[in-house]
Amino acid sequence: MDVQLSVNQDQHPITVDTRETLLDTLREQLDLTGAKKGCDHGQCGACTVLVDGRRVKSCLALTVTMDDREITTVEGLADGDTPHPLQAGFIEHDAFQCGYCTPGQLCSSVGMLAEFAAGWPSVVTPDVSAAPHLDEGEIRERMSGNLCRCGAYVNIVAAIGQAGR
Amino acid sequence: MTDIQVTSPVRDGVGASAPRPDGTLKVTGEFAYASDLWMDGMLHGATLRSPHPRARILSVDLTGALKLPGVEAVLTHEDVPGAKLYGVDHADQPVLAIDQVRYQGEPIAVVAADHPETARRACALIRVVYEVLEPLTDPRRAALDPSYEKVHAGGNVVRHQPIRVGSVFEADVVVTGEYEVGMQDQAFLGPESGLAVPAEDGGVDLYVATQWLHVDQDQIAPCLGLPPEKVRLTLAGVGGAFGAREDLSMQIHACLLALHTGKPVRIVYGREESFFGHVHRHPALMRYEHGATRDGRLVYVKGEIILDGGAYASSTPAVVGNAASLGVGPYSVPNISLDAYGVYTNNPPCGAMRGFGAVQACFGYESQLDRLAEACGLDPVEVRIRNAISEGSRIATGQIVDMPAPLTSMLEQVRDLPLPEGVSTDLRDLPGGVANSTHGEGIVRGVGYGIGIKNICYSEGFDDFSTARVRLEVIGEEAAVLVHTAAAEVGQGLVTLKAQIARTELGVPNVTIAPADTQVGSAGSSSASRQSYVTGGAVKTACEAVRERLLELAAKKLSHDGLALSGGKIVSVSGIVVASVAEVLGDDVIEETREYRHRATAPMDQLTGQGDAHTQFAFCVHRAVVDVDVELGLVKVVELAAVQDVGKILNPIALEGQIHGGTAQGLGLALMEEIQVAGGLIRNPSFTDYLIPTILDMPPMRLEILENPDPHAPYGLRGAGEPPTLSSTPAIVAAVRAATGKSLMRIPVRPEHITGT
Ligand code: FES
Ligand code: FES
Repeated sequence: MDVQLSVNQDQHPITVDTRETLLDTLREQLDLTGAKKGCDHGQCGACTVLVDGRRVKSCLALTVTMDDREITTVEGLADGDTPHPLQAGFIEHDAFQCGYCTPGQLCSSVGMLAEFAAGWPSVVTPDVSAAPHLDEGEIRERMSGNLCRCGAYVNIVAAIGQAGR
Repeated sequence: MTDIQVTSPVRDGVGASAPRPDGTLKVTGEFAYASDLWMDGMLHGATLRSPHPRARILSVDLTGALKLPGVEAVLTHEDVPGAKLYGVDHADQPVLAIDQVRYQGEPIAVVAADHPETARRACALIRVVYEVLEPLTDPRRAALDPSYEKVHAGGNVVRHQPIRVGSVFEADVVVTGEYEVGMQDQAFLGPESGLAVPAEDGGVDLYVATQWLHVDQDQIAPCLGLPPEKVRLTLAGVGGAFGAREDLSMQIHACLLALHTGKPVRIVYGREESFFGHVHRHPALMRYEHGATRDGRLVYVKGEIILDGGAYASSTPAVVGNAASLGVGPYSVPNISLDAYGVYTNNPPCGAMRGFGAVQACFGYESQLDRLAEACGLDPVEVRIRNAISEGSRIATGQIVDMPAPLTSMLEQVRDLPLPEGVSTDLRDLPGGVANSTHGEGIVRGVGYGIGIKNICYSEGFDDFSTARVRLEVIGEEAAVLVHTAAAEVGQGLVTLKAQIARTELGVPNVTIAPADTQVGSAGSSSASRQSYVTGGAVKTACEAVRERLLELAAKKLSHDGLALSGGKIVSVSGIVVASVAEVLGDDVIEETREYRHRATAPMDQLTGQGDAHTQFAFCVHRAVVDVDVELGLVKVVELAAVQDVGKILNPIALEGQIHGGTAQGLGLALMEEIQVAGGLIRNPSFTDYLIPTILDMPPMRLEILENPDPHAPYGLRGAGEPPTLSSTPAIVAAVRAATGKSLMRIPVRPEHITGT
């Protein structure tokens, strides 16, 4: 099938098999290997990208459903040479070791902060009618779909906390 | 060696939280992991694996696979041109199965095709006829019952290491226990991958995620029938390791396919295949008997530790050595009778995982210390203090601990740290959280302690060394250093440390780390918490040699005596700056290569286990605070506190990351992580069913890091990555026991162990 893919503001008219996942298209066809395959089953979060600003596990999304939607991968987070504040925060707080989960953690946290800014409550938000407060509990709950086997969680919480405030 | 100290502080030198040189690449997505590698025209490899843990192979028919369009090679053991067996310790594992399989997932054939799906479909078209046999899955029988059938002709015991000290095995207070440790998986997030490229000289270039390039080369080359220099390895980006990359996975297969087809071949495992594609942590069956005086002083320890190595030896011998030599823990025990066994079975092969051998034993001896405390009416910290070794004590092997071992003060320190507030009334903080499983009823708080001892670097007489090449030259009018080693950066931050050491030793801020490859001498493995010690030592030594030559050059060029290097400048005896490094160098290039060895270790006596087997010991103490829903068996770890002695902090922020990460993996072993094996079959090869701690499971940590230098080590440092993995597990289980009163003899602790249902 022919699809018009918009990734990091570049247009890619491509032909894909209807069974192909967005993750495979990004990695194998568009040479965007930032999004990682940790499980291919929606269990680890390493493949998280943003679709129209919302976080999506790209191993669970079919490319044919992405026609005309705006996809952002870790390669598109920085503004030219200026890193995204979360990228800078992850470096400052050493919020990774091997870094394999990091592209997913970053895209997920960008999407998460946007959800937060839009006033979306999470299951740990005490008062769902009030504006949520970005405490550690909120960060942990909202980032619990992204595994880090190196166990950099303590520093991930710190990095996101700093960027979010 | 001249004794010249660089006195002026250099930015981002040793002791600073210097940023990772690969950090920017890792946050922008540009860092190339092994699975990201790509070459035009490359083929994709796939592996046909045995569905049976034990079977005879009666026939293999490749016809269907070879006919599939797009398939370029289908290889079996008959196509292995050189040695048919390989192994990290001894060669007992077939590159591809020969007439029989010994574990579920054993590779039988490999395929190269133009697309990964084609390769996988070709595997499915290979017809293998098996005669399925009853798998041998009982490690105790494998260890102790000579009538048990044999997995390998030579017998089922890979290694038996006794410890025999003293002869008094009677005491006023005796506590016993039988403990079990489940099979843990390293579960690195970046699965096994690599790209093999055939070379014009008939050799092959392999880009791969591994822990030790040279030991891979030593195993691959004989199987390919090539001299080692024709098998060149370069480290590709490594998505975590934790021991699982110490053994080969796809390396030989990709090289075989590349040489056979004359094209580059990439193999990338998926998650499920990864569970079958690497060795795991040895499950353990342990029996302990501790005898003590009424006031809790140990008189003797009797023990038996059976480690299930599965189908092939891997690093089982070293795992047994650690379990035996550290089997009574960091305690002074006058009489010991302990036997550690590593055995073959038809279970999944087991080998290296962070803290190997020592992790299993630590759960056993620490559980016993808690039983002893209870039997003597003592506080768990007090009973440990009464028995803890200190500098000058002997461990079970008779080796004297000739470095600081401040266990008593570490225990007191962790005990005296402030405790978190009591059980929360906010249901979001309770076990089960917003699942709303409790509003606080049935929740009990527990506190527990654990302490571990880990040997750092390779032990038992192994020739353990690393090599570093350091080059100093002027690039763009500035002095620049290039550090080249073969040491694998697996996420631990070794590249950062190497740059920090070079900056400190040469005073030059501009340091580049060359990619790790086999064009420089071996660095040894990124395991046993040894790289900052051994490769750090090699970089330091090579820098010292470069510095010496720089000063010789300065003396010659400036006709000046008594020069020194300080703050990156050449200074006179009176401290006056006489030249910059760049001015002295001009067009000259100084390059030095050095090997670094830690002091020699000795084998353990085969009958008594005595001997100075280790070069360094490291210690970590944990305190765990948990809330347990005793009705549902749910555990929430509220806080973990750790005190660790690292000798010297080279990079504070990276070090803390190591302690967090090691602690998290210990938490996983305590509460959730287990490969479920039944009849030799893995039942849960996915992250849906094999659970690793998430950000919600990992609590805040309090860290106290001590710097009591080890006089034998570079900068006085101690390896730091493994010790926290030992002690967090028993601390958490002790806390759950304190909350529930259950004996909890097996890890991971499951809800039904707590509820008894
Ligand atoms: S690769 Fe998509 S969630 Fe793991
Ligand atoms: S940094 Fe290695 S998995 Fe997160």
